[in-house]
Amino acid sequence: MNIVIASGKGGTGKTMVSVNLAWSISQSHNVHLIDCDAEEPNVHLFFPGERSEQPVTAEVPEVDSEKCTLCGACGEFCRFGAISVLTKSVMIQPHLCHSCGGCQLACPVDAITEVPRKIGMIRQSSPSPSLTVISGILDEGEIAAPEVIKTAKKAGEWDGISVWDGPPGTACPVIETMDGADVCILVTESTPSGLADLKRAASLAKTLGIPRGIVINRSDGEDGPTLAFCKEENIPVIMMIPFDREIAAIHNRGAILSAEKKEWKEKFIQLYEDAIAIAGGNA
Amino acid sequence: MKTVAVMSGKGGTGKTMVAAGFAVFSQQRLLLADCDVDAANLSLLLKTSDTACRPFMGLDCASIDQSRCVGCGLCEAYCRFSAIDQGDDGVFQVNPLKCEGCAVCTLVCGEEAITISKRQSGEVCHSETPQGPLYHAELFSGSGTSGMLVFEVKKDALENKEKLPAFLIDGPPGIGCPVISAISGADAVVMVTEPGISALHDLQRLVTICRQFGVDMFLVLNKADLDKERAEDVKRYCAQEKIQMIGTIPFDPAVIAAARRGETIADTDTPAAISLKEAWKTLCTAMGIPQ
Amino acid sequence: MKVCITSKGDLPESAAENRFGRTPFFVIYDDETGKVIETINNASVNDASGVGPKVVQMLVSKGVNVVITGQVGGNANQGLLTAGIPAYAFGEAETVAEAYAAYKAGTLTRIV
Repeated sequence: MNIVIASGKGGTGKTMVSVNLAWSISQSHNVHLIDCDAEEPNVHLFFPGERSEQPVTAEVPEVDSEKCTLCGACGEFCRFGAISVLTKSVMIQPHLCHSCGGCQLACPVDAITEVPRKIGMIRQSSPSPSLTVISGILDEGEIAAPEVIKTAKKAGEWDGISVWDGPPGTACPVIETMDGADVCILVTESTPSGLADLKRAASLAKTLGIPRGIVINRSDGEDGPTLAFCKEENIPVIMMIPFDREIAAIHNRGAILSAEKKEWKEKFIQLYEDAIAIAGGNA
Repeated sequence: MKTVAVMSGKGGTGKTMVAAGFAVFSQQRLLLADCDVDAANLSLLLKTSDTACRPFMGLDCASIDQSRCVGCGLCEAYCRFSAIDQGDDGVFQVNPLKCEGCAVCTLVCGEEAITISKRQSGEVCHSETPQGPLYHAELFSGSGTSGMLVFEVKKDALENKEKLPAFLIDGPPGIGCPVISAISGADAVVMVTEPGISALHDLQRLVTICRQFGVDMFLVLNKADLDKERAEDVKRYCAQEKIQMIGTIPFDPAVIAAARRGETIADTDTPAAISLKEAWKTLCTAMGIPQ
Repeated sequence: MKVCITSKGDLPESAAENRFGRTPFFVIYDDETGKVIETINNASVNDASGVGPKVVQMLVSKGVNVVITGQVGGNANQGLLTAGIPAYAFGEAETVAEAYAAYKAGTLTRIV
């Protein structure tokens, strides 16, 4: 059972929902919480303590200058400008490389091999015997967030329950995160921006064929347009979190709401059960 | 013309509220761009008119000519992005959501059955607003390449012939390719943050990126009184990194009310609006932008 | 010596183009005769990414020795440096011919 948390708009409370959902589930089941917001990973901040780290690498070309004839085939093939054949040498710009392997295939004299280059890391910890936290963290200055996300998801792959905390937006990192999810929980807030972005994210989940449920965060009871959208699209609203300075303060200082307030633990367990029902009932 | 990008690292800290406020406070018309292309909302806050859009052709994508395909499966085997699958009917198909347009499949196909062509992935738009010309975009759902779309939005904006004193960019969250695309060429970055461990962590990552670009950095602390202890952390961090704080915006229910109405806070006479106006003045003085 | 100028059109009278990688045309002068010997339609102009290095490789294959343009991006900058091709900003010059004349007069600023 893979549950992905998405939103479209940033700052609507994806990480708060992910952390509390996973923590609450972990009170009775084993669960993997995977931070797929590789550009701005924050889940680990809620679970300080001992952890292990592993690098995430991408394959980039290396040219054997003994074998290279400067024929230019690799540079002509590369559509990303990552390898260029110049007067006396071949120039590689690793940050432009998509690791497609095409230059190696194009080289007529087998002068190109691939070498790993670090683009980020996977950080893993077990805050409790039933909870494993895995974070995909993109190195600053790197752009290949989807590769880090893919590696983080792979590191946490298993037959049990996983919660994937997604990035904002609807572009490639979000697509990579949603891929393979059984249910998508969309966290929104009742503002015109929140709704506009919710529509985008809801449409993406639909394109990918993932069943959806909605959490309205910071509700002040005036959620008319959001509720109308949910009704029109036939997406169930499975949780309402009121606007409350205390909830914001608990989260902002890095504490877990469900661990401090028993009623929220129960609400998040209910959220999990509703998510399973949306996914088709198979936990 | 000075280029200022409003960024944040963490999403939802108030970038668009700040950018829209700056645009309204400016006595001069500004060149405006919403570079948060996969969650574009600046046009919701400013009064837009005369919107005109052009198609955005995104990344290249492979397509297989089924009349030539012999079903050897080499393309699937060599594709590093799992973008080619054999369907239940035995037909090899390209998944455009996964294809990066690298063309390795065209290289290994012995039948010349695969070609690469551009796909429309969104629209680049121009709208008029009372605050100046606004360039924005809409990324089609399920299209990647947002970094390139940011580049296109900025490119169209910079072709505008009106003589304007500053180019104000409402940036995307994160630190990845759309962020790098948005910061590239900017003279200054205004970072909007809030008191909280996540926002501070993301701010630090954004600062690392900004340092690589050598841009001037300014900071606006939003919802400052929501958590006094965490607000002090931000202030300490700024002092340590020598980042000038140009605004401290209190948590103000009027901001939420304005957001719900889809309005900027600039027209209101509220504590948040007053702080934001001061921030704009300070920024203009520091960057030599006529107010 | 071959001197290459980025241009909006394929004539010496065309306006010089500010962008290096995404310029529509390259106009190449022979430094010895002062004549235009080739104009190249930029095939990479609409490519998604990495345009700068691709253009540098193409210019290397054409034997270009000097580039005159408006601005050079980071990736192209690295390429020109590695290839040992100096680049100059055309500054106030408006047309390709003016840019070439200014280069010959030695008034252009070197940017790479």
